[in-house]
Amino acid sequence: MEVKVWRGGAEGGRFQSFEVPRQPSQTVLDVVTYVQRHLDPTLSYRFACRVGMCGSCAMTVNGTPRWTCRTHVDKVVANDVLEVAPLANLPVVKDLVADMRAFFDKWARAKGEFKPTATKRDAFAIVKPGSAQRQEADAGIECIGCGVCYAACDVVAWNRDYLGPAALNRAWTLVNDVRDGARRARLEAVAGDAGCHSCHTLMSCTELCPKALSPTRSIAGLKRATALAAFSRSEEAQ
Amino acid sequence: MSARLQTRLWVAQRATAVVLAVCVLVHLVTIVYAVRGGLSAAEILGRTRGNVAWAAFYVVFVVAIVIHGVIGLRTIAAEWLRFHGPAAEATLIGIALALGAMGLRAVVAVFA
Repeated sequence: MEVKVWRGGAEGGRFQSFEVPRQPSQTVLDVVTYVQRHLDPTLSYRFACRVGMCGSCAMTVNGTPRWTCRTHVDKVVANDVLEVAPLANLPVVKDLVADMRAFFDKWARAKGEFKPTATKRDAFAIVKPGSAQRQEADAGIECIGCGVCYAACDVVAWNRDYLGPAALNRAWTLVNDVRDGARRARLEAVAGDAGCHSCHTLMSCTELCPKALSPTRSIAGLKRATALAAFSRSEEAQ
Repeated sequence: MSARLQTRLWVAQRATAVVLAVCVLVHLVTIVYAVRGGLSAAEILGRTRGNVAWAAFYVVFVVAIVIHGVIGLRTIAAEWLRFHGPAAEATLIGIALALGAMGLRAVVAVFA
């Protein structure tokens, strides 16, 4: 099969073609690894676990962002051609390696860290697994930060300030965490043009999330919560 | 523009969408109903002139269109034309005023 691999850096690049033998149950990561081990050792790419746990091997495969380790060549190859490029919507470091800083900086901007309200002298919080809030948090909690949703999102492409599906999904899990004490500040951080209200509900994030999460659902929850907060009298005084 | 105001614009666009859903339906049904006996200016004006209820309905319609449409234009200007900030906001307020003036002028012409 012909494999077109993006080569280059931040200033630009081009696709380079390689001929790679097909194998049964071959993944796209296997193909990229074959190119580096047997055809061109200068090829840069990123991976760690190879089994869909770490979220570091996401790339653009035939135009679609995917985990390369969990994508079988059989499912994506088109006319015996495979095209592998770095994740979209992020700067390129080199070849297939995208610079993830903007992606994770936006988690911080969305106040994606847990702010505890209890101290070590307090008893453990009791959170009922069946409670509505915990179920909302659980629905989004399995995100491993691979960046597939961010690369798939058209709003990120149009609006560089937009926080993106993963950061907003993370914020929604914390908004629903009853132990968290930063709800108000977080809702302010995720509101408006850079936040949840720019989402056009295109649902590329939800369609392509390898963990089958629905950032769209989380963002819809944030839209409701922030809209209520923007009209609430008590928060007006803040 | 603060995130709070941006959020309120978002809510305003959704709220006016609900108003428009009703207004457009009433408007279209009325058109179909009103032209049964042929379409003439005299017939339409005879039905609309001095009708306060219909005038109020169309004032609401025009206001909802201005709010809904201009907030939508704001998003299109920012995302497709990269036109945002104070200059964009001034332009959009100008478009809103022009759209509102034209709409209300039409309401006055038909109902006054």
